[in-house]
Amino acid sequence: MIPAAFEYVRASSADEALAALVEHGDDAKLLAGGMSLLPLMKLRLATPAVLVDVGRVDDLSYVRDAGGHLAIGALTRHRDLETSELLAEACGVLRGVAAEVGDNQVRHRGTIGGSVAHGDPASDLPAVLLALDATFVARGPGGQRELPAASFFEGFLETALGADELLVEIRVPKSGPGGWSYQKFNRRAQDWAIVGALAARADDTMRVALVNMGSTPLRATAVESALTSGSTAAEAAAHAADGTEPPADLNATPEYREHLARVLVRRALEHAVEAP
Amino acid sequence: MEVALTVNGAERRHDVEPRTLLVQLLREQCRLTGTKVGCDTSSCGACTVLVDGESVKSCTMLAAQADGRAVTTIEGLGTPDSPHAVQAAFREHHGLQCGFCTAGMVMAAVSLLDEIPSPTEADVRLGLEGNLCRCTGYQNIVRAVLAASGST
Repeated sequence: MIPAAFEYVRASSADEALAALVEHGDDAKLLAGGMSLLPLMKLRLATPAVLVDVGRVDDLSYVRDAGGHLAIGALTRHRDLETSELLAEACGVLRGVAAEVGDNQVRHRGTIGGSVAHGDPASDLPAVLLALDATFVARGPGGQRELPAASFFEGFLETALGADELLVEIRVPKSGPGGWSYQKFNRRAQDWAIVGALAARADDTMRVALVNMGSTPLRATAVESALTSGSTAAEAAAHAADGTEPPADLNATPEYREHLARVLVRRALEHAVEAP
Repeated sequence: MEVALTVNGAERRHDVEPRTLLVQLLREQCRLTGTKVGCDTSSCGACTVLVDGESVKSCTMLAAQADGRAVTTIEGLGTPDSPHAVQAAFREHHGLQCGFCTAGMVMAAVSLLDEIPSPTEADVRLGLEGNLCRCTGYQNIVRAVLAASGST
């Protein structure tokens, strides 16, 4: 399978990428690692007229201690997150979930910014960033703006990013090395989660997020409030599917996904409590 | 567009359409057909090659993205007379049946052993999770990789 023909523009800096987006408007699509976009293009589900390759904007690849939070360049690869000692110490959940994305080959190419900007509800990292209340920094022709994760994911493959904006940085609060669990249910390594459940302790509260239980990554707010009011993990997990509208596909019916969410959230909560 | 890259140590320049996939460049222009196209959807790993020493699925990478990079395919790893340690271990431990997944398996294993020089059996199984063997010959593949690492 070969993608439909397109014009290829290689950006060597964020500014060059923004200039290309301004020039080509809606015809253009940004390419980072390509682990989500290229399969869509090969299937001709995406047919951008212009592909702006930001994969070599190396100064957007970093994990830095920014005092109160961690600053992560949008083009940091999953592999670099997985092997970051700073991340292991200051935000173990993000390091650990990055190690669960796809397989080695995918993690050698895929980037955190690409995963966020793609806005797939079945992706792993957006759920973590939602749970931790991360902030996304977007740069556009008018300058830079900060977008909270809670209002960033707007629909299936739709985000608050403008067509002329480039995601440049992800800011994540420090949550420490442990106290988290990610339960990913899939058939093969490189498949997206049929359902994923994340539990992570941050700021002394348990955050719970769901993967592939709706058109966006979701916070399991009913579970979180049950825990706050003193429910046990098992009692709280019974609310995991409350208010969700899980998709139906070849892998699972909505009812099966609701069942998976309840079971996986319970496991995630139990493991997150046990974790150091 | 012109793509200039190193393939198995040799500098090469090719005129390609931007939509050309790396695996097409390798198979059709470089005539290196050891790298296979299996599922063509980045699921099976048969097309795995090394780019700057790291395993990637060449069916899901544009040739343009490999511009300026060093690509290694199965042909660049060893020769029949002087096989790479991983190739020798696959032969010794019968780590292949039909052979279709083998080139990708070997390249993925080389990358894995570069990152984890002394893996456990669990490390090998996890590290090769992106490569499928349609003959289900995983036991001997894992044995071969462990033997190549010297940890058996």
